[in-house]
Amino acid sequence: MKKIEAIIKPFKLDEVKAALMETGVQGMTVTETRGFGRQKGHTELYRGAEYVVDLIPKVKIEAVVPDALLEKAVIAITQSARTGRIGDGKIFVSDVADAVRIRTGERSEGAIS
Amino acid sequence: MSKWNRRAALTAALVLCALPAFAAGEATPDALEKFSAAASDLRIGVDTVWVLVTAMLVFWMNAGFALVESGLCQAKNTTNILAKNFIVFAASTISFWALGWGLMFGDGNAFAGLQGLFFLGGADNSPALGEAYAAMNPFSTTAYQGVYSAINWTPVPLWAKFFFQLVFAGTCATIVSGAVAERIKFGSFLVFSFLLVAFVYPITGHWIWGAGLLGANNFRDFAGSSVVHSVGGWAALAGILVLGPRLGKYGNDGKVHPIPGHSMTSAALGVFILWLGWFGFNPGSTMAAMNGTAIAHILVNTNMAAATGALGATVAAWVLLGKPDLSMILNGCLAGLVAITAPCAFVSIGSGAVIGLIAGVIAVLAVVGFDRVRVDDPVGALSVHLVNGIWGTLALGVFYDNDVATNIAALATGLSRGAQFLVQLKGVLYVGAFAFPFSMLFWYAIKLTMGVRVSREEEFEGLDVGEHGNQAYPDFATHASSFGGTGMPAHAEAHAIAMARTPAMAEP
Repeated sequence: MKKIEAIIKPFKLDEVKAALMETGVQGMTVTETRGFGRQKGHTELYRGAEYVVDLIPKVKIEAVVPDALLEKAVIAITQSARTGRIGDGKIFVSDVADAVRIRTGERSEGAIS
Repeated sequence: MSKWNRRAALTAALVLCALPAFAAGEATPDALEKFSAAASDLRIGVDTVWVLVTAMLVFWMNAGFALVESGLCQAKNTTNILAKNFIVFAASTISFWALGWGLMFGDGNAFAGLQGLFFLGGADNSPALGEAYAAMNPFSTTAYQGVYSAINWTPVPLWAKFFFQLVFAGTCATIVSGAVAERIKFGSFLVFSFLLVAFVYPITGHWIWGAGLLGANNFRDFAGSSVVHSVGGWAALAGILVLGPRLGKYGNDGKVHPIPGHSMTSAALGVFILWLGWFGFNPGSTMAAMNGTAIAHILVNTNMAAATGALGATVAAWVLLGKPDLSMILNGCLAGLVAITAPCAFVSIGSGAVIGLIAGVIAVLAVVGFDRVRVDDPVGALSVHLVNGIWGTLALGVFYDNDVATNIAALATGLSRGAQFLVQLKGVLYVGAFAFPFSMLFWYAIKLTMGVRVSREEEFEGLDVGEHGNQAYPDFATHASSFGGTGMPAHAEAHAIAMARTPAMAEP
């Protein structure tokens, strides 16, 4: 089992969600968040003075998937979230030790399928 | 009195010729008198409706100010700003009733009114007119007797005069609100509003509109660029200097850190409301409905300056700052309106367009300039009301047109443009020399007794909770007060709100 954390542009959420569901991913958690990368945000202008908005609004998608699904899911996110411009986001993948479906007590991959 | 009777008989006779019902043979002196009285009542009714409806438009400008000021400030201070803009008209009402009106319009000396000071308690037989103003109601047969002779030129009842003047006094007081926003104690603002409308506003008002030392010496200000806007601006400047800038606005490195307003929607709607309200402010200042040419001229001049003010600010912001910043466009429109308020009945429409255009450019430069000298004015009240109140007052001299002054304002001075300009300049200096130090005095008195500024912690957390105990937008959990003094960029906040409402987010 792997956990995918994808930080994407907020307006791409619907596309990424649809692409992930198409690959067979069963669930996800979405969070509004803020952050910056190499670009360190951008500048805005208000009443003649510039200011830096370094923490830009982003959406974070978390999904735990069976190992077999990982590559398909990562590709789906990459393709659907990409605009080709700065700020498209990042995907992080990590191992997940266990999972529990609270209602039934099912464990591991049984809990996420 | 003989002049009055003669005129009444004359006008009644003229009217009779036009009305078949009064065949020449049947017209008795009694019928003449009745007809004259009815015509007088009708005239008074029409003028009163005009004065009160335009006063209601000016009253509605309070809503405009509330929206502009709250929109250009941070979400965490919205309740506080709305509360200030709401209560300021209530305070002005009592203050102007109790003393302001008497000081402004009571008979007295060149400096202030002295008779009928309190609660409009002096003798007054309005809508009777002063001897020199018989033409304002040709059917009236009584002459004015009372202690408010400075305003006996308008053929409306005393309470109509009072309400019209009250909404102007209220406008002056509400100008202060935006300039001192996001850091002033609610109670201190309330006390200052009472003092401003009771003392400062009516005294300079007396000089100009109360037959005092300026108005009686050829100084002209048709609807209040100086009387209302400059005075409000001077009071606001004094308040800003006593308060100091908002936390985080100016860095130690000399850099300006903008604190973006939280709703451009509010701000834009507010300026539309103010633009509409100004059609009461200026045309209503005729305080009589019968000169249609004057009302139309003044209204078009008002609209013209608003339009060119907005355009001037747009171009100035685009060229000088890189983008046509909406908040600057809004300030520019208001700057044009403020600037045309004094000269609207003294200059041609073409001049009105030029006055507005210059006002819009001045507004942009002033906003940047005030920031450069670290005078923190969150909504641009100084740039709009103080700077352009002065510009409008001077522009009356620069563009003075004696024909317009005669036919539209009926207040011609006969002076050359240069001479009129010097008279206007003198008036500007007099008003500043009184309004600014006296406001300063009141602000310091308040500072020493009850304090003017909220605590540092309250300023970070927002005045909504600190001063009023609740928030303007309690459901919007995303703009937590922890974003603090630097403010949350408006676009981020708007986005956060939009995201919170996206159905996809609801069920993970």
